[in-house]
Amino acid sequence: MTWPDWRREAYATAVALLVATAIGSVLILAIGQSPARVYATLLAETWGDASGISQVLFKATPLIFTGLAVAVAFHAGLFNIGGEGQTIAGSLATAVMASAMPGAPAVVAVPAAIMAGALAGAAVGALPGFLKAATGSHEVINTIMLNFIVAGVALQLGNSRLFVGGQAHTARIPAAAELPRLGAGGSALNASFLLALVCAGAAWVLLYRSRVGFQWRAAGANSGAAEAGGVRLGRVMVGAMAMSGALAGLVGSNYVLGYKYYFEDGIGRGVGFMGIAVALLGRNHPVGVVVAALVFGTLAQGGFAVSQLVPRELVEVLDAVVILAVICASAEVRRRAARVVRA
Amino acid sequence: MTTLHALLSLAFLAQVMRMAVPYALAAVGGSLSERSGIIDIALEGKLLFGAFGATIGAYYSGSVAVGVLAGVAAGAAVAALYATVVIRFRADQIVAGVAINMLAYGATRYLLEIPFHSTASSPRHAGFGPSLAANPVLWFALVLIAAAGYVMYRTPPGLRLRASGEHPGAVASLGISVARVRWVSVLSAGAYAGLGGAWLSLSQHSFVAEMSRGRGYIALAAVIMGRWNPLLAALACLLFATADAFQVQFATTGSAIPSELLSTLPYALTILVLAGFMWRSRPPAALGKSDDA
Repeated sequence: MTWPDWRREAYATAVALLVATAIGSVLILAIGQSPARVYATLLAETWGDASGISQVLFKATPLIFTGLAVAVAFHAGLFNIGGEGQTIAGSLATAVMASAMPGAPAVVAVPAAIMAGALAGAAVGALPGFLKAATGSHEVINTIMLNFIVAGVALQLGNSRLFVGGQAHTARIPAAAELPRLGAGGSALNASFLLALVCAGAAWVLLYRSRVGFQWRAAGANSGAAEAGGVRLGRVMVGAMAMSGALAGLVGSNYVLGYKYYFEDGIGRGVGFMGIAVALLGRNHPVGVVVAALVFGTLAQGGFAVSQLVPRELVEVLDAVVILAVICASAEVRRRAARVVRA
Repeated sequence: MTTLHALLSLAFLAQVMRMAVPYALAAVGGSLSERSGIIDIALEGKLLFGAFGATIGAYYSGSVAVGVLAGVAAGAAVAALYATVVIRFRADQIVAGVAINMLAYGATRYLLEIPFHSTASSPRHAGFGPSLAANPVLWFALVLIAAAGYVMYRTPPGLRLRASGEHPGAVASLGISVARVRWVSVLSAGAYAGLGGAWLSLSQHSFVAEMSRGRGYIALAAVIMGRWNPLLAALACLLFATADAFQVQFATTGSAIPSELLSTLPYALTILVLAGFMWRSRPPAALGKSDDA
């Protein structure tokens, strides 16, 4: 995007956030509370002190991974809605790998567990990429379907083999595989956040400074021209979807290695879908994704803070309203700009 | 032998029908929307809002009929929001659909708090009686499903609907507004799915948070399995409902296939069908391309 494009998108985003705030106010009034009080509490309990900030960063961590996942696929012209399934596969693989090495030192156990998560996510992501390359079937439908298939298979594996003590979670991973906590005031913020930032940097290099990234973006911008220029589209589809799935699979590092220390049914639920919102608000740029993850992380943490005043579900509603407002505003702004150019 | 007997019984067939109705209504609605060129990932959200609307209607009026109408209205209202976003603003249909589903999960719980002071479930309200055959809504739903097939393939509006999804430029060149055709299709889809949602809450006599439980996605799978033909989609729903009923049956008698895996059957079949491993299923040519409307 050029500079005027960025300015236009920023304007659209600002309008959309204002609209979302206004709709949120109406919802808060509907329940008989003061919007000013709810929003003030939300901000004070998130960015007001060290423990609040830690929790925001903790909530933002999985969203950075899934947001990057959607963004990377998007640049290659692919829409990955399979973040839910890839996250589950990654988290389960992370837990299984960590538990498979009871005596291993941290320098072996942690990277191995993280890699297992990335590989499992990549496998689940690569399948729809392969199906698109081989048969032309659409990745959107296939990733949605895989979300349910992976959830079912993971639950079956858990119930039949992995879950312990009559509960819906696996055994605790060895201490050596645990990631150090970084947050203040008992926050679950852990080293996975740093991994997420590294991934954002790596995604930037991959997309904008590497040959592969150039090919992906070329395929996404104009697949016909890219193919004529020697880009093998099938490889792009499989490669970009595998990379996308791997990023989503890394969510396991946050939940399994840094927070719960086991895999449980329903872990990370919703963060895959939220990746779409994060990538959208961040305009598919790695830096934008990190910023957007902080915005949605603030909302996620703020929901707990204001649950005394309004139902926590307000946040889910606001998430959805933000998405709808952003896509409407940016479509409208783009169309107006196009009209000006044509005239 | 006992399992076989149980499966062939009338009670089992009734169970299949009961489960098939919300799937089929959503899938027929989805076919209408998608044949006109608008992707319908939001079926799940429409089902959920329909169920919520029916509960509000039935609770305050004490009448099942009002509940049914309120469910249909709620489904159509969500569809109107969706249509505004994707037809008026021409925003991305997939993102909008995902957002509508998120909205439904959050908003139905949030709104449940206002009258009932609970985000989990509503109090018991009026609903369907125990007899399936004596439930007029069943017959109404069957007529609606047949009507969708008739209108789509045997009438001029149906031709315009299908043409809007295949070649909107040709429709526009006849002086017909593609946007209007799509608005009508999307609102109808909302009404159908809303009725499907009403079926859920009126059968249970209450609204339970997230009670759609992925049925909208199964209906989406049925749309694809049925090659975007509403009647074939409804048939696919019958298949999926049978698998569901098996699951309920096996929960009591035990089975060789784990129920967690059986529940993934519709999704796995959809992937196979889309890949052309079982039969070819080609989407409408202009599906999801909102720029040309």
